[in-house]
Amino acid sequence: MTLGAKRNIPKSVRKSMTDLVNNLIPKKLLSLLSRIFGAVALVTLIIVSYFSSKRKPDNIGELFEKWDSFLGIPLPKFLVDWPKWLDTPFMHWINKGWKSFIADYGLIFDAIGYALLRGYTELKGVIVQTPWPIVIMGVIAITYFTSGKKIGTTVFVGFCTFFIGFLNPRFWDKAIETTTMVVIGIAICIIVGIPIGIAMARSEKVRNAILPILDTMQVIPAFCYLIPGIILFGLGAIPAIISIFIYACPPLIRLTDLGIRLVDEEVIEAARSFGASKKQMLLGVQLPLALPNIMQGINQCTMMALAMVVIASMIGTRGLGDEVLLGLQQLNVGAALEAGLAIVLLAIVLDRMTQAYGDKIQERTQPGKKKN
Amino acid sequence: MSKIEIKNVYKIFGNTPDKVLPMVKEGANKEEVLEETGHTVGLDNVTLSIEEGETFVCMGLSGSGKSTLIRHLNRLIDPTDGDIIIDGKNIMEFDEQQLIDFRKHELSMVFQRFGLFPHKTVIENIGYGLEIQGKLMEERNEISMMQIEAVGLQGFENQYPNQLSGGMQQRVGLARALATNPEILLMDEAFSALDPLIRSDMQQQLIELQAKLKKTIVFITHDLDESLRLGDHIGILNGGRLVQAGTPEQIIMSPADDYVKAFVKDVNRAKVLKAKTVMVRANEFDSNNIKLSDTYKVNENVYIEEFLPKVLANNSTIIVVDNKGNTKGYITAKQLSISLSKTGYNESSKTS
Repeated sequence: MTLGAKRNIPKSVRKSMTDLVNNLIPKKLLSLLSRIFGAVALVTLIIVSYFSSKRKPDNIGELFEKWDSFLGIPLPKFLVDWPKWLDTPFMHWINKGWKSFIADYGLIFDAIGYALLRGYTELKGVIVQTPWPIVIMGVIAITYFTSGKKIGTTVFVGFCTFFIGFLNPRFWDKAIETTTMVVIGIAICIIVGIPIGIAMARSEKVRNAILPILDTMQVIPAFCYLIPGIILFGLGAIPAIISIFIYACPPLIRLTDLGIRLVDEEVIEAARSFGASKKQMLLGVQLPLALPNIMQGINQCTMMALAMVVIASMIGTRGLGDEVLLGLQQLNVGAALEAGLAIVLLAIVLDRMTQAYGDKIQERTQPGKKKN
Repeated sequence: MSKIEIKNVYKIFGNTPDKVLPMVKEGANKEEVLEETGHTVGLDNVTLSIEEGETFVCMGLSGSGKSTLIRHLNRLIDPTDGDIIIDGKNIMEFDEQQLIDFRKHELSMVFQRFGLFPHKTVIENIGYGLEIQGKLMEERNEISMMQIEAVGLQGFENQYPNQLSGGMQQRVGLARALATNPEILLMDEAFSALDPLIRSDMQQQLIELQAKLKKTIVFITHDLDESLRLGDHIGILNGGRLVQAGTPEQIIMSPADDYVKAFVKDVNRAKVLKAKTVMVRANEFDSNNIKLSDTYKVNENVYIEEFLPKVLANNSTIIVVDNKGNTKGYITAKQLSISLSKTGYNESSKTS
């Protein structure tokens, strides 16, 4: 039943309906059932883990074999060391699931990988073939407009761009490869992340469901998904782009959610009091006012994407990270530092381009700051 | 029939308001409910009616439920129980689309902290209600310019709200509310965030606008002087309950309980009470023993402060007349001193 349909029912009828449901399934019974279910699941898990573990105690006597003491109290061995037979076969399940997953759905990932690869090569090809002065001019032009025509920032960004190639001519094409990966990664983050952020801001339930996933995405070590990425998409740029998405999307989602929820309650009430529909509210009020936060999210996303591209060089992704790795492998500290410097310059360029835009919007939407 | 009728409205904030409702209906007060259930009573059996074309001022301290009450009128907040009837229609039975249409055309709201859209210019802000109605840019700007002139903000139409002072921002808020030409205007502590001089200015502007437009205005305030100045009727809320509703004179002259008494204690009665309120009716007054040389004629709708100096100077008696010049009643110096004393009209008339 949709929300709209629910409102159509007269209040008295609706009330008696909820009463009916409440009486049919009493809340106490429901919570009791869920507890019983939890207990049964735990016991099953313990039994399963016992039977699937390789090392079982031969007899009861073995459990008490070696007496140890804890705070002076003698204890049997199985209480001191974690018993080997108390071990969920979680790893086996994941491995089994992973194998059948690849067998059944590998094709889908091939298709995604192919599509991304086409986009990546096309975009990279275009920028690489453009003469470098024109690329620098393009960067300068974009920065000039996003920064609100600030000359200082523009000149600074122009110099940084120039210096990437100036450090080492080889870096120019590599920087373009890296940037292309970052740009495609961010594009995916924006397409997926902003709608999820909006959904989270609108519904408490969605937020509670998504937050643990975001925590997982942020906390899980990068190599845990870099390596499976190779299996799914092969070596190269695509697993790097997927890793960018996993690593860099959470801050964008969080900041979109936060930005929308931080919009002044009275402004929202004002829009509602004039009869704004949900769509009008979102597009006309919430998103424009959340834009500084969303831009901050995109900025964070960019920085994290760049960091991930460098890590991804470990799984054979080309680009500036590759240069760092190469330098270190040859014990050529100079080459590694030079490449590291190029990455910093690239980071500054991308940061200034995205940051400046957010600042420009912020001036107007922050009620506290007055321009005199 | 009244323009707005609020019937037995309850509002309880918390997780399971329906379960707490019977307790509130049985007469438990706000503190008891909070202690026992953790729910906050917003409104407790509020019933009142507001006539077309009048300014109804709803007054109370913070937490008394006045802002909650005004948000029920356009259903920014839904009541836990009760009915709200506007123009003979029960707005509680509206579905989502009806509610949106109702908000678009019937009423608009002015907010305490203005609630302006910081990303829109003044003219875009004022045209927002029209934009939601689906009016085209040209028509919107035409109406908005008229409203900008009405509130005296010419020349600022392309500024952003944060470039304006508080008083100017609230004028934008007022103009935005009037732009859709609604029948009902809800004003939630609209002038509370302004400094006293600008507030007085805005009150005057509202009174002048109201004289022309004759809207039904529901005005929320915690300031008694403001409510006496603007209100045709005043309702006083305490702990979610409506403790008294009546004309300003009724509130001053016969406060319903100690809470209202405390409220009206410090008010300058001479500024609020009219001659007709304090006079003794002509048929109850023995006019033989007054000297005609010591009398002044005063219109019945004049405030006491205007003729007070004359009475003090000569100990003279005031003859109260209506607009046609007929004698309606008399006010003696003694009568006046009783009316102005702080202990209240009823008690002092008993003792004297």
